[in-house]
Amino acid sequence: MTPTDTQNPEYYHKVVDCQYACPAHTPVPQYIRLIAAEKYTEAYMINWESNVFPGILGRTCDRPCEPACRRVRVEEEPVAICRLKRVAADNKGDVKQHMPKGPFIPNGKKIALIGGGPASLAVARDLAPLGYEVHLFDEQIAGGGMMRSQIPAFRLPEEVLNEEVNYILDLGIHTQFFTYIDSLKGVLEKDYDAVFVGTGAPRGRDLPKLPGRKAADAFIHIGIEWLASVAFEHIDKIGKKVIVLGGGNTAMDCCRTSRRLGGEEVKVVVRSPFSTMKASPWEKEDAMHEDIQIFDNHVPLSFEMSDGKLTGMMFQKVKAVFDDKGKRQLVPTGEPDVFIAADEVLIAIGQENSFPWIERDLGLEFDEWEMPVVDKVTFQSTVPNVFFGGDAAFGPENVITAVAHGHQAAVSMHLFCQGKDIKKRPDPYTNLFSTKMGIHEWSYDSEVARDQRYLVPQAAKEITLLDRKKEVELGFDTPTGFKEAQRCLNCDVQTVFSEDRCIECDACMDICPTSCITFTDNAGEMDLRKNLLVPAENLTQEILVSDQLKTGRVMVKDEDVCLHCGLCAERCPTSAWDMQQFFYSVTKASSI
Amino acid sequence: MTYIKPIFRHPKLPKNKIGYTLKEYEGAISNLCAGCGHDSISTAIVQACFDLSIEPHKVAKISGIGCSSKTPAFFLGNSHGFNSVHGRMPSVATGANLANKDLVYFGVSGDGDTASIGMGQFVHAIRRNVNMVYLVMNNGCYGLTKGQDSATADQGSKSKAGSINPFQPVDLASLAVELGATFVAQSFSGDKGQLVPLIKAAIHHKGFAFINVISPCVTFNNNVGSTKSYDYVREHMEMTSKLDFVPQESEIKVDYEEGEIAQVTMHDGTRLQLHKLENEWDPKDRLSAMNAIQRARAKEEIITGLLYVETRFGDLHDILGTSDIPLNKLTAKELNPGGAALVEINNGFN
Repeated sequence: MTPTDTQNPEYYHKVVDCQYACPAHTPVPQYIRLIAAEKYTEAYMINWESNVFPGILGRTCDRPCEPACRRVRVEEEPVAICRLKRVAADNKGDVKQHMPKGPFIPNGKKIALIGGGPASLAVARDLAPLGYEVHLFDEQIAGGGMMRSQIPAFRLPEEVLNEEVNYILDLGIHTQFFTYIDSLKGVLEKDYDAVFVGTGAPRGRDLPKLPGRKAADAFIHIGIEWLASVAFEHIDKIGKKVIVLGGGNTAMDCCRTSRRLGGEEVKVVVRSPFSTMKASPWEKEDAMHEDIQIFDNHVPLSFEMSDGKLTGMMFQKVKAVFDDKGKRQLVPTGEPDVFIAADEVLIAIGQENSFPWIERDLGLEFDEWEMPVVDKVTFQSTVPNVFFGGDAAFGPENVITAVAHGHQAAVSMHLFCQGKDIKKRPDPYTNLFSTKMGIHEWSYDSEVARDQRYLVPQAAKEITLLDRKKEVELGFDTPTGFKEAQRCLNCDVQTVFSEDRCIECDACMDICPTSCITFTDNAGEMDLRKNLLVPAENLTQEILVSDQLKTGRVMVKDEDVCLHCGLCAERCPTSAWDMQQFFYSVTKASSI
Repeated sequence: MTYIKPIFRHPKLPKNKIGYTLKEYEGAISNLCAGCGHDSISTAIVQACFDLSIEPHKVAKISGIGCSSKTPAFFLGNSHGFNSVHGRMPSVATGANLANKDLVYFGVSGDGDTASIGMGQFVHAIRRNVNMVYLVMNNGCYGLTKGQDSATADQGSKSKAGSINPFQPVDLASLAVELGATFVAQSFSGDKGQLVPLIKAAIHHKGFAFINVISPCVTFNNNVGSTKSYDYVREHMEMTSKLDFVPQESEIKVDYEEGEIAQVTMHDGTRLQLHKLENEWDPKDRLSAMNAIQRARAKEEIITGLLYVETRFGDLHDILGTSDIPLNKLTAKELNPGGAALVEINNGFN
């Protein structure tokens, strides 16, 4: 193999598994170290710069980082990255002094943001400090989009949401709430230099053809609409027996909200097996903890009525069968159909995009699924000054993805407004510096903690079920937060190898606790992977290959289970190994 | 201070026949200088014991004093150990071996511990053919007292401070062959490919197995002009053979393009296959081994590999005709056969 090109920032970026998996590429180990050092304000700002909503995401993020955490490759549980973010948010000091402060010198450009959710707010945050006049339109009473209307207050307190939305609106954003935009043409006719569409995926799926659907309409609600009505206090109660259809996170929010509005027997009924439900495992756990039963492998057949009232629903029992191509089919088991009694039903079987307000003669192309044609890198639509992001761009995802879209769309809009080529993206900001302080001393805590993952304490359900707004999770206290932070393996502290210094004493190979390092004859990648002390079978992880050494061999390091403990560098007599901290900040329109 | 070895190991670490991974053969984290050759030798011992599926509690490590003699703390943490007096490791090993012949004995020593203060002990352990692996971690200097030339430093070798060694070296391999050691090998800490099979063969050898391992001292003797530096040894290493260690039950077939193969069958039936790289040398012939060593010395080469092996002689227990049961397992019943037996013995003198 040719020597690995570590000059390419993406090589070391990929080693930081959590950061690489995060759509917004938040520098996770960096802020976790700051939490361990009790520098909560600084930890918060690292997050704010990257993901804009640390307090919100520290409670509600889908956490793509956690399954990627290196710790799951050497033990069972990842670092509680998401809840550590909340520790930073809960304990921060005055963060506003570190944020950009207006008024900013106007650059003469004006942009419109349609929808006030996470994607639009991220765009606003990135562009306002550059002097753009930003106009934000939303039909709701306040900013936040689905974070306000769909995430229940017992998971995300309103104060937290308002605080972080306001950090952005305070940058001098012109907000127009209670304003439903019903024509893109109308917006384009005004003199905006660029328009961003962040209208989410506002339409909840229904079951229009299911027998009894129309007759029982008064007792049936669409999940996201119902959650919004609860959030905006149009609805404050529900029947004692509730069926929630669907197995995603919205279904979990619906059933748990029902428990707080008077639902005593709340049942989630889902077509797929329990293990493949879309809801995050922790959300399912939290629901079951609140006495909610989950019936899997049940397909809805009909709504049943009696005396003009809903009595319940019929279901068919199925099982998952996989065909030769691995495609799943739900096949009836032949068992008798099941009746489940209910006073009301919530349908939370997914949501979809809907653009009735975009005229189809503007030159803005839509694909066969009625989705706008949007560039995956620039987020530009086929109308050059219209950009999309968040769920509106490629369908329902999550908050952190919407933020990532917002950053990139902002970069494009900034380039576009300057008349530059939006395909020429600026490089990410990177930095690499040695952490060596002395013998056995590094500027990071290199000891690998053996602690198991700590559980986040919750308020007693006797209290939380009585009050819709009472937050369930209490968050780590600072001592537990410290211990959890110490579980981080500091994957951003890179093992940097300089072949010209190596004397091939094998000390690094001998000491490495996870047998990552091998000195061997060079070969093709697959052969090389096989020839290591322990074969490098995880092909998703790179191998670091050095240039040829004096004896003609090469040094090969499998990045897969490297603990970043620094022992290779400590046992190296010539400092051919060094532990160097790598910082990577994704390309953004403005540096905060 | 963050110098702590993590508890995690590679989740796919292979297991040997008795279900252990390398972790069960490791010792404490080394506190020798970073890059010390001795640590590589420790790792080679760990690897050899793992490969042979030796139960760690069936091993005893005995050492004297010196950097080398500290290493038993850094390998085989689940085995028996005795850190003895300077140069007195062979006596302790002989005593332990006499008491319990069932264990694998590693005598770990250095150039000072063997070629200076312990020379008398070394010589007699060879003479008695004690069944043990005697490893010398040879760096040509007294590292623990800041790098003075040792008795194995080559004449003309330059120290880190710049002084030239004026004395003749003690050549331990020649000495061992001369004294009749039944297994003599030489190797280099930086070549585990050679060292690990040699240690395995030495473990299987019944009798005194001597391995002189050149092990650079990175702190005091790895300078230009030293004949025991990583660079010098790599440039002047001459291998006698490539060694395959063939366990009793399996046979490894390796195709070598050229060269002659010499086979040696050990006492327990395991075989050594030596792919000879050196002509005019027969590992079973003492005279030829002696010549090979002297020839290399004249050419200023360091000859490595298995130099001499003799499998016909019995070890100390065979020579003494001790009981089949290890002495430490004999109970009062066997040791005191009673009055009747005494009468019988006495009658034998009538």
